[in-house]
Amino acid sequence: MNGRPVPQLDPTDRRILTAMQAGLPLVPEPYAEVAAWLGLAEAEVIARVSALQSRGVIRRIALAPNHYALGMLANGMSVWDVSDAEAETLGAAVGALDFVSHCYLRPRARPVWPYNLFAMIHGPDRATVEAHRAEIAALLGRACAASDILYSTRILKKTGLRLKQTGD
Amino acid sequence: MRRAPLDPEALDVTDRAILNRLQEGFPICPAPFATAGAALGLTGEEVIARIARLRDIGAITRFGPFMDAEAMGGAFCLCAMEVPEDRFETVAAQVNAHPEIAHNYARDHRLNMWFVLACETPAAIARIARRIEGETGLNVLRFPKVREFFIGFRVAL
Repeated sequence: MNGRPVPQLDPTDRRILTAMQAGLPLVPEPYAEVAAWLGLAEAEVIARVSALQSRGVIRRIALAPNHYALGMLANGMSVWDVSDAEAETLGAAVGALDFVSHCYLRPRARPVWPYNLFAMIHGPDRATVEAHRAEIAALLGRACAASDILYSTRILKKTGLRLKQTGD
Repeated sequence: MRRAPLDPEALDVTDRAILNRLQEGFPICPAPFATAGAALGLTGEEVIARIARLRDIGAITRFGPFMDAEAMGGAFCLCAMEVPEDRFETVAAQVNAHPEIAHNYARDHRLNMWFVLACETPAAIARIARRIEGETGLNVLRFPKVREFFIGFRVAL
């Protein structure tokens, strides 16, 4: 879609990613543990995981907070029509807000959809989400021509993203 | 996945610091928990015990690598449709029947159905979208990601 070349993963990279997919083992030397599972040297696993992160295949190794457990019971997909000239800068600023978990630039689909900046807002309740939305509106100021917010009313389907087990 | 909020007392200041800091990244070195803990004034064993507890009480959903799905060789696209209310359930079933639909949400907008297509190739995204259009007689608007800004979100300390 974006023409970016897809980096090739060799079979060993794929085995490492598959082994780590369910989570990093909670032991003092987790990369040595993954290496032991796969019959590799720890140094090779560390080198390959570092390289995969440098290439952007692994975006980061991190924990994923459970928004609901942390009291963030409401969320809304806020959408903004931001001037193209300022979209990169303003997108980064919106993405840096504490209450925004995901932030993307996407193409518009005029006339039905004039919005190019998508920011998922989290809060303990809908009133807080709306207050956060007003903060984003203030941040964007006159660079934003129109905005809306879409609340999800129902999950129709949800399946996790899973790496295929096969070697290619 | 836990849907109920935790008692605010369930997390102390150190838990919250771990939640914030370890969303941003984790070291790739022989003893990464010790390295991560040093910045928080904790030993590696303490960091491990706290992450295990955060997982057990449901404060986190996972701890591990976040992979770029496109770099893994796939193609992904957010799509939206304007579905007449009286056909909504039928169209939802038609859309969800495709294994390439990763998730699908009803939303309160004129564009009332939003789903993500996950395919092997970019060409397959267009093919499946056109197939859904043929089956439903409705437009499938495609919103591929042009740029992603990731920061995560912070819990108050």
